[in-house]
Amino acid sequence: MSKKTLIGASAVAGAVAMALSGATLVASTTGASAKEKCYGVSLAGKNDCAAGPGTTCAGTSTVDYQGNAWTLVENGTCTTMELPGGRVGSLEPLDRDLPA
Amino acid sequence: MPRPDSNSEAAKTVRTVTLGRFSDALLDPEQPTPAGIVGPDGKKADKRFDVYRNNVTVSLVGALAEIYPAVHRLVGDDFFRAMARTYVRSEQPKSPLLFRYGDDFADFLEGFEPAKKLVYLPDVARLERAWLDAFHAADAPPLDPAALAAIAPDELAEQRFKAHPATRVVCSRFAAVSIFSANRSGADLSGIDPAIAEDGLVTRRDFDVEVRTLPEGAAAFLQALVDGNTLGEAAEAAVAVAQKFDLAAAIGAMLEAGAFTAIATKD
Repeated sequence: MSKKTLIGASAVAGAVAMALSGATLVASTTGASAKEKCYGVSLAGKNDCAAGPGTTCAGTSTVDYQGNAWTLVENGTCTTMELPGGRVGSLEPLDRDLPA
Repeated sequence: MPRPDSNSEAAKTVRTVTLGRFSDALLDPEQPTPAGIVGPDGKKADKRFDVYRNNVTVSLVGALAEIYPAVHRLVGDDFFRAMARTYVRSEQPKSPLLFRYGDDFADFLEGFEPAKKLVYLPDVARLERAWLDAFHAADAPPLDPAALAAIAPDELAEQRFKAHPATRVVCSRFAAVSIFSANRSGADLSGIDPAIAEDGLVTRRDFDVEVRTLPEGAAAFLQALVDGNTLGEAAEAAVAVAQKFDLAAAIGAMLEAGAFTAIATKD
């Protein structure tokens, strides 16, 4: 407390109050937001995995359009892209087309 | 057929290969097969060892390509593999976990002459490293803004915070965050001026890693908080590097991103 400060306690308190009011949430999220995980749209063996090397989830789907395998697609396109047989993609895992 | 007993010649020579000599020769194709590497018949196994060490190198190069996909795409596959091969020659994995490999790849890129023109490449690599480390960091619930609201206003400047295990601050003199984000999402890079300095904040509230571009001074602010300084001290550190520092915006961003888990209790 003894240290002379350039920014007073009241300025910090004011800034916290402003931040908590939610008026200043300016930082933009990038990267992850431009894509979305889309379930049930990837071809067999072509699903994505975010966990990096040494893990085994990427490319492990065994049937086309496997419902619990995802791939990254452009934001907003997951549920609208055209798939054979009247299928639609989903932002959540699906029960359809699971390997036997 | 009689089995060779433990005193046979083959068994004796196998024991003379130390792990150090084995692993040194693994990553350097110029080195001869270590003496004592033999097949089941007791004969020298040069070809087998060459196959093995080729597999080791290829898998480590492949691991780097998966850890640094944006760097991989920015330089192209041939360039990346040649570059990664140079790195692999000098860097043995320190962890049995493959995703931990290449933690100083960005530093290597700084000094890699053929990539010198891509000045932003090392910082893009630092972001990619931070991204994967954040992905694998321990789960923790982010700080509830209500905890901050519960503190008396005149004590706020004295508060310290516990950093979330996933939180990473990456500063760049280049537009590393824009390049990283555009590349990872498959977007067009043509509108990006690489010479604009950008700082990035990598966090993971739940399952998905988030990368934010930070406003001026916010990186110094957040790094000071991560290092255990008080809110007041961190604000001063930020003003010292950026006169236009907006404290309220930085606090807002840190809460929204979930960069911290709790207010640290006083000693």
